[in-house]
Amino acid sequence: MTLAETRPRPGARLSLPAVMMVLASVAVMAVLVVAPLVTVFHDALSKGLGKYLDAIRGPDALAAMRLTLLVSGISVPLNAAFGVAAAWCIAKFEFRGKNLLLTLIDLPFSMSPVVSGLVWVLLFGAQGWFGTWLIDHDIKIIFATTGLVLATILVTFPFVARELIPLMQDQGADEEAAALTLGASGLTAFWKITLPNIRWALLYGVLLCNARAMGEFGAVSVVSGHIRGLTTTLPLHVEVLYNDYDFVGAFAAASLLASLGLVTLLLKTGLEWRHAGELAANRRP
Amino acid sequence: MPVNSLRTADRETPSRLSLEISGVSKTFGRFPALKNVSLQAKDKEFLALLGPSGSGKTTLLRVLAGLEEPDSGEVRFDGEDFLSLPVRRRKVGMVFQHYALFRHMTVAQNIAFGLSVRKRTERPARSEIGDRVQTLLSLVQLEDLGKRFPSQLSGGQRQRVALARALAIEPRMLLLDEPFGALDAQVRRELRRWLREVHDRAGVTTVFVTHDQEEALDLADRVGIMRDGELKQLGTPNEVYENPADPFVYDFLGAACRMPGVVAGGRLTVADWETVAEKGAPQGPVEVYFRPDEVALAPPGGAGLAAEVKAVAARGPDVRIECLVEGQVLELEAHGPTLPAGVAPGLALRIKPLRPKIYTIA
Repeated sequence: MTLAETRPRPGARLSLPAVMMVLASVAVMAVLVVAPLVTVFHDALSKGLGKYLDAIRGPDALAAMRLTLLVSGISVPLNAAFGVAAAWCIAKFEFRGKNLLLTLIDLPFSMSPVVSGLVWVLLFGAQGWFGTWLIDHDIKIIFATTGLVLATILVTFPFVARELIPLMQDQGADEEAAALTLGASGLTAFWKITLPNIRWALLYGVLLCNARAMGEFGAVSVVSGHIRGLTTTLPLHVEVLYNDYDFVGAFAAASLLASLGLVTLLLKTGLEWRHAGELAANRRP
Repeated sequence: MPVNSLRTADRETPSRLSLEISGVSKTFGRFPALKNVSLQAKDKEFLALLGPSGSGKTTLLRVLAGLEEPDSGEVRFDGEDFLSLPVRRRKVGMVFQHYALFRHMTVAQNIAFGLSVRKRTERPARSEIGDRVQTLLSLVQLEDLGKRFPSQLSGGQRQRVALARALAIEPRMLLLDEPFGALDAQVRRELRRWLREVHDRAGVTTVFVTHDQEEALDLADRVGIMRDGELKQLGTPNEVYENPADPFVYDFLGAACRMPGVVAGGRLTVADWETVAEKGAPQGPVEVYFRPDEVALAPPGGAGLAAEVKAVAARGPDVRIECLVEGQVLELEAHGPTLPAGVAPGLALRIKPLRPKIYTIA
């Protein structure tokens, strides 16, 4: 069956069951997605705008925001670079173990984020493999920013690579080969040919990677230690405040995360609309 | 279609060697793509590599460009060891099968690319690059399309942009990988003559890969026929067409009729027809090949293979005659005016191959 056959004719009237189905979907969406979102902003503002602004301007909240920006500011560019490198290897070259690499890239998607955090504790924690050595040399990884960055990198690793691999495989290596025969160096070919060809898909991947990096809870929670103002990122800050029965504070912080989600959604939709042909998401079966 | 009529006289070429390939082998995993290939091309020669897909012709081209490294063998160009040069220093203009135009650049930017990525000291001034691009655009007859993007061009136009881009670096050698592969027959024929003109004007050694025998015979100074990674024969279009080295080359260069025969004492016997075997023909049981249009038809009393006409079908000026010879169906071709009157289904006649080729049975 072709797409054209499944598409309703313009002006065709919906049958009663179809109308019921549409209404049912709208109702489910309203209950599961819209209502929680409204609740977040409603509860955040329940004690008035002043309290809301106080909550997000408090020193702990500002520290959490700074930390979140720092952690994603480090891990997203790194993952963008790793993702481009991995996708480049996989799409442009033939080598042994390619499928293994593909599977490894996907691993964080199929693994619980808690595990992604726990592995770092097992490696670098006080009782971990390198624990004693790290303590001897006074290097703090767990319960410190480094640990948060490592956990975030691990969890968000697949976003950029996964977005780029199908696109780059589809584009092949002929354009780069042509650039080389025309006298370009490998680096020039990468900057002038490869990168421009994947720019929108890269931006798309970075966007999703960033949304996840800023919103990550599980992995970060394991390595953080929840030291207020020091190792609590925004999602952890929400949890801490909520456990303290500071609902306005918790929801105010949550509203920031929700806003981030909405902005991400907006940009993502814009990209999909404007550059659909250059995004790998549209090439998957 | 009779290839003879399309072919132009073999062109004289300067005798200086430019490209020397000796003993090049390449294996992909366990698949041998090139087996000990050796060939030479003269300066400014137009060389076609002809073969079915998987015969190694594209791999050989990529070895010349530097995009593949051979496992063994040597490639020299103007006496220089080509294999020790990286791709970017070889100055070969390559036209890829699917053109590989830079999709995010305009036609003009595509053509300018090779010049604009040069080192600052070797790079022409911006205005000079612009002039060169304009000259090349008019050479490929796309003067007004410089600002277009590749996606806004037709296949034939893209092909010409790819050629202009390759010529922009003033290549020492031009490599064309199935340049007409993705075009329809009409555009192919138009571009073919034009490509030859561009080659003659640019005056560079050109290696051209194709699976279309008509194209190769029509266009090239010499044709190399490849199969399973081996170069089977290399010669002028006339040489290879008149004297195919083996049954594969014979088959590949045009339609073929095949009959079993025997050579003994200088005589060739095919069914009830006996003739002089060519000098140096193999002895014993052989396979006899002849072109379906290189036969003389005679009445039943004459010399030749006894045959019965099964069907006659006209195709424009040509006529296809299906005959039954010794229980085997042969499809012959004749040109309308030379066809003896009265050839119709049921008629008994004799077929005399004019230039039979004798090969040992593989």
